[in-house]
Amino acid sequence: MTAVLQTRGLCKRFGALTVADNIDFTLEAGARHALIGPNGAGKTTFVNLLTGRLSPSAGTVVLGGEDVTRLSQQERIRRGLGRTFQINSLFRGLSVVDNVSLAVAERRGVSGRLFRPASQLSEVRDEAMELLRSLGMADDAQVVIANLAYGKQRLVEIAITLAMKPRVLLLDEPAAGVPSLETHRILDVLDALPAEIGILIIEHDMDLVFRFAKRITILVNGATLLEGTPEEIAADPRVREVYLGERHE
Amino acid sequence: MRHNGSYSASPRIGLLEWLPWAIGVAAFFLMPEYLSLGARILIFILYALSLDLVVGYAGIVTLGHSAFFGLGAYAAGILSARFGVADPALQLLVAMTACALMGLATGAVILRTRGLTLLMLTLAIASILLEVANKATSITGGADGLSGIVVAPILGLFRFDLFGKTAYWLCLAVLFVGWWVTRRLIYSPFGASLVGIRENHVRMVAIGSPVPRRLLTAYTISAVLAGVAGALLTQTNQFVGLNVLSFESSGELLVMLILGGVGRIYGAFIGPVVYMIAQDMLAKQFPEYWSLGIGLLLVIIVLFARDGILGIIDRLVALTRKEAR
Repeated sequence: MTAVLQTRGLCKRFGALTVADNIDFTLEAGARHALIGPNGAGKTTFVNLLTGRLSPSAGTVVLGGEDVTRLSQQERIRRGLGRTFQINSLFRGLSVVDNVSLAVAERRGVSGRLFRPASQLSEVRDEAMELLRSLGMADDAQVVIANLAYGKQRLVEIAITLAMKPRVLLLDEPAAGVPSLETHRILDVLDALPAEIGILIIEHDMDLVFRFAKRITILVNGATLLEGTPEEIAADPRVREVYLGERHE
Repeated sequence: MRHNGSYSASPRIGLLEWLPWAIGVAAFFLMPEYLSLGARILIFILYALSLDLVVGYAGIVTLGHSAFFGLGAYAAGILSARFGVADPALQLLVAMTACALMGLATGAVILRTRGLTLLMLTLAIASILLEVANKATSITGGADGLSGIVVAPILGLFRFDLFGKTAYWLCLAVLFVGWWVTRRLIYSPFGASLVGIRENHVRMVAIGSPVPRRLLTAYTISAVLAGVAGALLTQTNQFVGLNVLSFESSGELLVMLILGGVGRIYGAFIGPVVYMIAQDMLAKQFPEYWSLGIGLLLVIIVLFARDGILGIIDRLVALTRKEAR
């Protein structure tokens, strides 16, 4: 196994507040890895450090063997780092297929063309439709996002990121806000994702985490408390204490 | 009716889209006594179109678009009055170049900001230019305006006549080119990515789009179009006044665009037509109170038709279709 994404001694401080405390983390190629922890543990901060939305106070981020700590979000995206957002971040006035097409066009490097009609780039649209079909969303392709059910919007969120053909995929609470009856659809989609993509999922829904992840890391107060297989995590007494004990009244 | 650049929209020019041009040509023959107003309207349509590209498509809100309109007007005027260049094509070219450089230089700085900050900065740039034009009297004529502008016959054939016939055709032809270019841009992948930026700035960054460069390109193209409109005004009037750079000019323009409908291409056509004809008629009927009429028109639009006149038409069409079913 090779590491596709790695952090060494990653720290982030806002003034006196330490939100990432010396995190060493490794994501293997093709991994199904979950990051869990109580509210305010610094999970989203950690993701933002990985994507380059935040720059660390100390430590390094290594993507595919290359130190990307100083690289911008765009440069990391171009090197195969994709993410979904915890809160839907879609192009609400556009149709589902147009949402995906924008990302396909960026990846193919044709999005800056000034004069040729976009609709003549049929390969962009075809690829977007193909992707939607693989997610079972072909019927919704023409629907404008604002008129789409929330659970399906979460799938569009994933579709846009997949359109970028990432080697590493960071899923920030893919099932957040989705009615529990529909989470199985999200899980079906996650299960069907290409095996070679290394996936890090951040999720509160423990059923989903334990069914999906082969490996779990627990983050508490900005530091890794524990890492192991789902069985090891479930058996560890500290997990119950920190994760389930104090914060869940 | 709403024209969103996208990967599914057909770029074919619909039958209805030829209507403005048919009207434009017909107006020349049917209303020969209104040609000077007609030319002014055509100029403002081009000006509004340039604004629609940034406000309606790229989502850059600006109150300083008069900077480019005025720069174009002065560039063409100064070239003729101070350097004796009377060739209209050359005047347009110099105005375009000046505005492209200005758009690039100011856009590179101010487009890093968003929202109210950006709004203030656009306002500041227009104010600075206005003050420069006011003070540099030896070049611009200052508050007296710039006169002594000569425009040679177009292609050496068509003289600028007293009745504004040549000016009208020139404006119509240039507007046609400006419309064609803008429409091409909006239907291109570039146009689609502008709409993406307008809809969700953060996500465009997250899918790897070079957002600042896209915005700067749009801003510069828009500046050039506004500059062409300004230069046309100079050629039509053969005079440039400070008011081309004023805040009122930018504000009035934004009002016209909102009146017609933002982000629809043809809102930029309908807005100036309705606004300027209403203004012309009201000013004749009530020379003292005409601005009250314009004010009422605006209140009605803001209260009942947020998406402008084209928005009303959209809704009426949807309603009749529903009933027909």
